[in-house]
Amino acid sequence: MSTTAPVGERPRPTIVLVGHGMVGQRFLEALAERGLTATHRVVVLCEEPRPAYDRVQLTSYFAGRTPEELSLTDREFLAEHGIELYVGDAAETIDRTARTVTAASGRVFAYDALVLATGSYPFVPPVPRKDAEGCFVYRTIEDLLAIEAYAKSRATTGAVVGGGLLGLEAAGALKGLGLRAHIVEFAPRLMPVQVDDGGGAALRRTIEEMGLTVHTGVGTQEIVIGTDGAVSGMRLSDGSELATDMVVFSAGVRPRDQLARACGLAVGERGGITVDEQCRTVTDPHVFAIGECALAADGRVYGLVAPGYEQAQTAAAALAADRTEQLAFTGADLSTKLKLLGVDVASFGDAHGATEDCLDVVYSDSRAGLYKKLVVGRDGTLLGGILVGDAEAYGTLRALTGSVPPVSPESLVLPAGADPGAQLGPSALPDDAIVCSCHNVSKGTIRGAVTEHRCTTVPEVKKCTKAGTGCGSCVKALGQLVTAELEASGVEVDKGLCGCFAQTREELYEIVLALRVTSYRELLDGHGREGARGGDGCEVCKPAVGSIIASLAPTIGASGYVLDGEQAALQDTNDHFLANLQKNGSYSVVPRIPGGEIAPEKLIVIGEIARDFGLYTKITGGQRIDMFGARVEQLPVIWSRLVAAGFESGHAYGKSLRTVKSCVGRTWCRYGVQDSVRMAIDLELRYRGLRSPHKLKSAVSGCARECAEAQSKDFGVIATSNGWNLYIGGNGGATPRHADLLAQDLSDAELIRLIDRFLMFYIRTADRLERTSTWLERIPGGLDHVRDVVVHDALGICAELEELMAAHVAHYRDEWAETLDDPEKLARFVSFVNAPDTPDPVVAFVPERDQMKPDLPLLAIGRRPLEDALEGSTPR
Amino acid sequence: MTMAPETTDLQVQLRLAEGWFTVCDLHRLAPGRGVAALLPDGRQVALFRDREDRLYGIDNRDPFTGAPVLARGLTGTADGRPFVASPLLKQRFDLETGGCLDDPSVSVPAYRVRKWAV
Ligand code: SRM
Ligand SMILES: Cc1cc2nc3c(=O)[nH]c(=O)nc-3n(C[C@H](O)[C@H](O)[C@H](O)COP(=O)(O)OP(=O)(O)OC[C@H]3O[C@@H](n4cnc5c(N)ncnc54)[C@H](O)[C@@H]3O)c2cc1C
Ligand code: SF4
Ligand code: FES
Repeated sequence: MSTTAPVGERPRPTIVLVGHGMVGQRFLEALAERGLTATHRVVVLCEEPRPAYDRVQLTSYFAGRTPEELSLTDREFLAEHGIELYVGDAAETIDRTARTVTAASGRVFAYDALVLATGSYPFVPPVPRKDAEGCFVYRTIEDLLAIEAYAKSRATTGAVVGGGLLGLEAAGALKGLGLRAHIVEFAPRLMPVQVDDGGGAALRRTIEEMGLTVHTGVGTQEIVIGTDGAVSGMRLSDGSELATDMVVFSAGVRPRDQLARACGLAVGERGGITVDEQCRTVTDPHVFAIGECALAADGRVYGLVAPGYEQAQTAAAALAADRTEQLAFTGADLSTKLKLLGVDVASFGDAHGATEDCLDVVYSDSRAGLYKKLVVGRDGTLLGGILVGDAEAYGTLRALTGSVPPVSPESLVLPAGADPGAQLGPSALPDDAIVCSCHNVSKGTIRGAVTEHRCTTVPEVKKCTKAGTGCGSCVKALGQLVTAELEASGVEVDKGLCGCFAQTREELYEIVLALRVTSYRELLDGHGREGARGGDGCEVCKPAVGSIIASLAPTIGASGYVLDGEQAALQDTNDHFLANLQKNGSYSVVPRIPGGEIAPEKLIVIGEIARDFGLYTKITGGQRIDMFGARVEQLPVIWSRLVAAGFESGHAYGKSLRTVKSCVGRTWCRYGVQDSVRMAIDLELRYRGLRSPHKLKSAVSGCARECAEAQSKDFGVIATSNGWNLYIGGNGGATPRHADLLAQDLSDAELIRLIDRFLMFYIRTADRLERTSTWLERIPGGLDHVRDVVVHDALGICAELEELMAAHVAHYRDEWAETLDDPEKLARFVSFVNAPDTPDPVVAFVPERDQMKPDLPLLAIGRRPLEDALEGSTPR
Repeated sequence: MTMAPETTDLQVQLRLAEGWFTVCDLHRLAPGRGVAALLPDGRQVALFRDREDRLYGIDNRDPFTGAPVLARGLTGTADGRPFVASPLLKQRFDLETGGCLDDPSVSVPAYRVRKWAV
């Protein structure tokens, strides 16, 4: 236990820190880094009932982060450096002549240096009854606990005063707590400080689509209370009254400078303790001010954490003046990014184009809710910008600010794909570009973490450099840099499928086929990496091996039914429920409609089912109908009706054949030369259910006009007057590729034989999640090799490939019909194992355009880099 | 193939503040797969059984998306730690601690689970 040193007796010089917030904690770390904790006594007065925590991530409390997880302080750090922390004890008075601080507890501390890091307080406009029960602010963990308790016990509607960054965050929190949320903003647009009118309009549309109600251009005139004295509404400046059970004020913050004023330190006209470039108060050389309470030498009060961190470093350097370099705080960047799920808004640098003579480059698509603006100097220097709806490029653009980008600004705001040549990643950045502005980490430092400190993953780089541990907005750029650096440094890349298998997918396929391995465990225990044997595998190899076993099932003597025994545990969630998981936990149902041909009776059945279960229906890009919004326990009921009407699984969930699209062809079309619909149906029925490394798509066009877009498919067929042309390796999607012509003027039988061979050769040799297009470009010899193998039988394996396909065709059974016949399997289709009749209450919907859409909890931590993965893949 | 004797009287129980809460028969949990259970206070728990028959329980809500779906993810072992990968955006969570393996700043609550003969 430390005791308070009596006034006048000073064994060691003492630094007293008032305020243990984010900047205060950073200041303590900076003291420790500079060795000052060894030479000084350090005392910290902390007003809040808990030590420093991550205020920036405050809202993530509602996404399940506990106050402990938000903490920035670890006891060991304090103990190791002998820092005395008084939690729940605020500084009350400062006596600058005696150089003492008196705390609320009555403790008196003498100081040699005093550092004020008292932060801000939320500004509450002076409207009548602003302190009524049900009125809150949004600044501390305690505020959030109070808001949560009130919302859960007595509110259904909440209003936030202020449509800035924090106001939107608060409104999202209210929505996440299940309230109908309103935002009241005095300015004519949301986030008035960061975005301009165009950006505000795009942002408003997105926010409203999420179910929040936005009122702009109106002020709050008074709070209306009910007979119980609690909030019942608010009167707005346009005379209207908004009914609400609670009000959260988020109308900006003001520096907490009362303590400083009271002891005669100079403060700015609009508040803030006036300091010089070393963060020393201009009035008293023994007193410093840092963070949101300080009025910096450039005349500004910064309301963001990154400038505060820089000030913390500066003040610590000033205190260590004789030993380390002098730092100066001369201003900082005000870039920001909204941290709410679903809204991408970012602004950086000179977002409003305040620089003289600057130019704008604007891309705006109001329907898509996109708005991007870059501010560029006459000489081409990127000065700043605003991104709404798609902030992908934020990390790179922010780091490029102040320099002339290597590509034209137009190409930086155009949507991805519009100008693929000019996509600019973080690898284009110079080494001194700041990638993480929260912690001021340059690209060079991040590269060094990989090359010198041997970091190989983003979490390691975060630990090593602190980059990415603030607001998190740079994490995506970090990931790209780490990958690029690893590749460049020629790190021996392990070709193994995953941490469990050292073999490639192709090698595993050969093992399974040659040794007739029918179980995943057998393969893992017998052929896995040393450390993985006997374990539970991983999410990468389980579905990949499950798929290999399923493709080869009839030949190796395994069950072809993907939910059989151990097989069930290997399947991705989609295959496990034979439906596609949607973002809110519900599923979509896609019955097979071969060739896109469907009789009216069957259309009516789909319509009736969708109506009876209230499902959202949409015609897909694959010429069939998708029904969205089914809960797990509804799937079997829906499918029993579909199966009874003659439908079967469309495998929209599987890495397997999806659709064979067709054009109407010779039967109706005046140009058609073959019956493309019949051929499409034949092909779809032949290859349905075939499990493969990735999904397979096909199409058949009735003439060279190509209305079925066959050349964008994994295998595409185009009619000629002599028969069929077969194209392979086409792809739509992210990296479109035109298919290559494999063979011409084939008869029906020749066509099918060639496709059989081609598909089985692909399944045998492709990597996990490798479409035929990438496979064709990767395999040595490319198209010529494939032609040699499947047309000219150069490897002598064509008979085997054909047999494998014949076995698949002979053993095909509809997965849904099979599942409906098996009560044990059906028992899995429940939301809760212990409450089979209770539907998941979180899966909820709201109406839109005569149908429904998911009602999403706005609040989640938000998207992190792993989502960049394509379907089913994990970038590890 | 030998069939494991199916002892239906083995129950899966979960430790809550009030005591042990019985969820379901053990045989409802297939090795390598999860199921979701509803708690009396409305929370959801994802329960898992591994190939050695060890049981685990973590909160069912995927903190990255807000959807209650962790029970539907694929499980595995990474560096000796049992985990489940969220079926939505694929982040992995340690089944014993609830910690996210791909983002140390994120975690979900973890529960104690036991097999209990009744
Ligand atoms: C429903 C549908 C969109 C629609 O409303 O029309 C759709 C929806 C999805 N597509 Fe698609 N794609 C749909 C047609 C297409 C098409 C058009 C086509 O098939 O002619 C393409 C371009 C053609 C192609 O694949 O080459 C297409 C290219 C993709 C891609 C990119 C593939 C690539 O190689 O780059 C993905 C991501 C992936 O597979 O990794 C994808 C992934 C997805 C997923 C599975 C994403 C996911 O994991 O949740 C979506 C799930 C649908 C669901 O839950 O039911 N979808 N998708 C279409 C379903 C077709 C069907 O009936 O089966
Ligand atoms: C919901 C929310 C989201 C935010 N998001 C972002 C973001 O995305 N990016 C960003 O850069 N910034 C963000 N901020 C702002 C960021 O949190 C602040 O810039 C940062 O916390 C400032 O640190 P500070 O130490 O100066 O002040 P604070 O963190 O407020 O700490 C000041 C501390 O001093 C204490 N104190 C005050 N007076 C006394 C006294 N007399 N005695 C003892 N203790 C005292 C206070 O109780 C407080 O604990 C956000 C803020 C909030 C509330
Ligand atoms: S591809 Fe040819 S046959 Fe088919 S619809 Fe178009 S024009 Fe007619
Ligand atoms: S920019 Fe905020 S964490 Fe890197």
